Amino acid sequence: MLRVEKRPSPSKTWGYLAPILAVIATMIGGGMMFALLGKDPFEAIRIIFYDPLFSEFAWYYRPQLLIKGAPLILIAIGLSMGFRAGVWNIGAEGQYIIGALFGAGFALAVYPTESVFIFPSMIILGALGGFLWAMIPAILKTKFGTNEILVSLMLVYVAEQLLASMSLGLMKNPEGFGFPGSRNLQQYASAHNAELWIGSGVHMGVVFGLIAVIFAYVMLARHQLGFHIRLTGESPKAARFAGVNPNRLIIFCLGSSGALAGLAGLFEIAGPSGQVNIDFNVGYGFTAIIVAFLGRLNPFGIMLAGLLMALTYIGGEIAQSSLGLPSAAIQAFQGMLLFFLLAVDLLTNFKIKWAKTEIIV
Amino acid sequence: MNQTLLQLDGLSKSYPGVIANDHVSFKIGSGEIHALLGENGAGKSTLVKMIYGLVRPDTGRMQLGGQSFAPSEPRAARAAGIAMVFQHFSLFEALSVAENIALGMEKPPKSSALSMQITKVSHTYGLPLDPERLVGDLSAGERQRVEIIRCLLQDPKLLIMDEPTSVLTPQEVTTLFTTLRKLKSEGTSILYISHKLEEIRTLCETATILRNGKKVATCDPRENSARQLAEMMVGATLNYAKARTVKLGEVILKASNLSLPPQSAFGTSLKNISFQLHKGEVLGIGGVAGNGQDELLACLSGEVLTSPNAIQLNGNNVGHLTPNLRRALGILAAPEERLGHAAAPDMDLTENSMLTAMVRKKLSSAGFLNWKQAREFAQRVIDEFDVRTPGPQSVARSLSGGNLQKFVIGREVLQDPNVLIVNQPTWGVDAAAAAAIRQSLLDLASKGAAVIVISQDLDELMEISTRFAALNTGKLSEIQSMAKFSLDEIGLLLGGADAAG
Repeated sequence: MLRVEKRPSPSKTWGYLAPILAVIATMIGGGMMFALLGKDPFEAIRIIFYDPLFSEFAWYYRPQLLIKGAPLILIAIGLSMGFRAGVWNIGAEGQYIIGALFGAGFALAVYPTESVFIFPSMIILGALGGFLWAMIPAILKTKFGTNEILVSLMLVYVAEQLLASMSLGLMKNPEGFGFPGSRNLQQYASAHNAELWIGSGVHMGVVFGLIAVIFAYVMLARHQLGFHIRLTGESPKAARFAGVNPNRLIIFCLGSSGALAGLAGLFEIAGPSGQVNIDFNVGYGFTAIIVAFLGRLNPFGIMLAGLLMALTYIGGEIAQSSLGLPSAAIQAFQGMLLFFLLAVDLLTNFKIKWAKTEIIV
Repeated sequence: MNQTLLQLDGLSKSYPGVIANDHVSFKIGSGEIHALLGENGAGKSTLVKMIYGLVRPDTGRMQLGGQSFAPSEPRAARAAGIAMVFQHFSLFEALSVAENIALGMEKPPKSSALSMQITKVSHTYGLPLDPERLVGDLSAGERQRVEIIRCLLQDPKLLIMDEPTSVLTPQEVTTLFTTLRKLKSEGTSILYISHKLEEIRTLCETATILRNGKKVATCDPRENSARQLAEMMVGATLNYAKARTVKLGEVILKASNLSLPPQSAFGTSLKNISFQLHKGEVLGIGGVAGNGQDELLACLSGEVLTSPNAIQLNGNNVGHLTPNLRRALGILAAPEERLGHAAAPDMDLTENSMLTAMVRKKLSSAGFLNWKQAREFAQRVIDEFDVRTPGPQSVARSLSGGNLQKFVIGREVLQDPNVLIVNQPTWGVDAAAAAAIRQSLLDLASKGAAVIVISQDLDELMEISTRFAALNTGKLSEIQSMAKFSLDEIGLLLGGADAAG
């Protein structure tokens, strides 16, 4: 009989092995799903994981990896802080939208003035927008004890409505022949989040993502605040005993994750996307939840996980066009990654044993 | 003597890394009160769990009334006539006594019939209990009665009681013993698990002593002194904390009209608690759990804030200060719950040192943490308090209860507190570790610090307290010198009687 037994202390080896195993299991599980859909599983897996990096057109896909990975990493770093402390911000998608609207709104308001201060102001406003949107669940939770999971998630749909209203109303391009959507910020030099080197995919969002990773790592490993975040997640009562003010921690976790999500939204709208439009948000805020867990809530793990997830996005798009895989299949594939990770995670804290039981009567 | 009811023959059970029971054999006669004696971790619990069908033995056999007996689950054990009262009650506070009892029955009778049965049993055995009362309103002793009556309704042949007196006042203990003797006279056997030696000497006629999973002796406890029994249990000669003569120093900590509303539905409120704590003394605060002990500690440690002048240190208001600000002033605390309150279970001992020692040991500068110094401090606690562990990198939950408790107490003591408040410092700790912890508290007081020990263990309080007060339903009795009290008077105080006189 198989038996599960708690380890005296969590296994470090399995902590590192689990994500790798989860990726392999996802390849197998996803391959089976693709086969059931009537596609060649080996080809599909090759297209998703290999082609974006090493195929003939990799020169186009590789920069895409950074462009898609940066917002995921930026958001996931923020989320991971809260997740470690048991504060569940599920509404990063909404904070991402509001951050983008704040920054883009400012740029559209001052258009066509050219100034070096415009882009930095947009960055600050983007972070502020996400921060304020996250303060709604934070204040409701600390004052009235509401559940931040529900409130933050609901606010995503409010943000989407706001986005739609802005694209069709206030921020609509007056010279856009009545089409929905704002002016394209890519054509507004002072507001454009351009690539730092042409063709590299490196824009300011990538730089900020990297800074966030390093910053988060130092904070968690060396700073009192990071220690208190980890302590609260491990044991809220012990944290209170250690002098942690739980309400302040909730405000910090939601606020910082909101600000980072807002930044991600701002860099996206001022760069790769360019336009306030109904279909601006593509689910980075939700995918970042998977990225945070896939990266073990560890900043460098999140960086790798963000790049991996970006790979499945890009590979998934190629597979959609070349193999005709439905986009839902790609989403299911990404979901499998989290599913298998959580399953394999059992091995970090538990041992599986063959139990020999003999009863003598 | 009379015929054998239950015979254990070579029972063994091992868990990974530990042998919980190693070929244990003994007999329990009909109508016998049989003590099972041993330190924490000696294998008492595992042994009774095997009898009660919760754990299956690896090897060995049991016979009940001459028939071979191998319960695969508690239901089978109950059907064979074995009942058990656990140390931790499994009762629903929001349900009545009768409802709680009905929940544990396989085919509960109608509620009116059940209430009659409960009343009848409770009268027969001198356990007054109203079947309609909510369990949430009952004292610990009354809750235990619910569990006992639940067992008696099954008409058991063998009643197992796990540490039954740990939550009772001396008067309640006397009532319990009367009930148990009555049961015995009717032919019911009782397996009585405890580490309180005096109790066993007054109640039991046979005792089986376990040490490290092995049976070391079966003896008549009435023919041995408590000290002899303890030494059999521990396997070594014991050192008791040395008594001290204390001259009270100046007042260091003062509580005035400290009140606190209940923090949860079944929490206890604190009512106008006032006391003065002197340098160099150990103030013992006795009382049955749930009478405000946790709340008092939380107010003193700063986990719960009060009005500024409710608590004063050297004449300065501190009631509004957070835990770390109080630590900076030298007020340190060790809560009762080791895992999950005093220490984070999955963090290592270095991190757990950081948990309380960050301020006083200056383990951080400008918010940045110095892990190297924290590790050194953890190592010092481990060395000086003889914490048995591979090192500071071990996670807290991998330590045994006694070792973790030594770590938790050592962590505070080595920060040179001016005032140290501890709640249940030796709960569930083996005798040798308990003696070491008590000695360290006394040494601390001798050096001029003031210590508050909140405990349910009266023997402990009598051993180390300079002065004593009882905490009952959130009220603190008048503080008096420990030497003035007899055990009976203390019992009355714990039960809520006035201290006057």
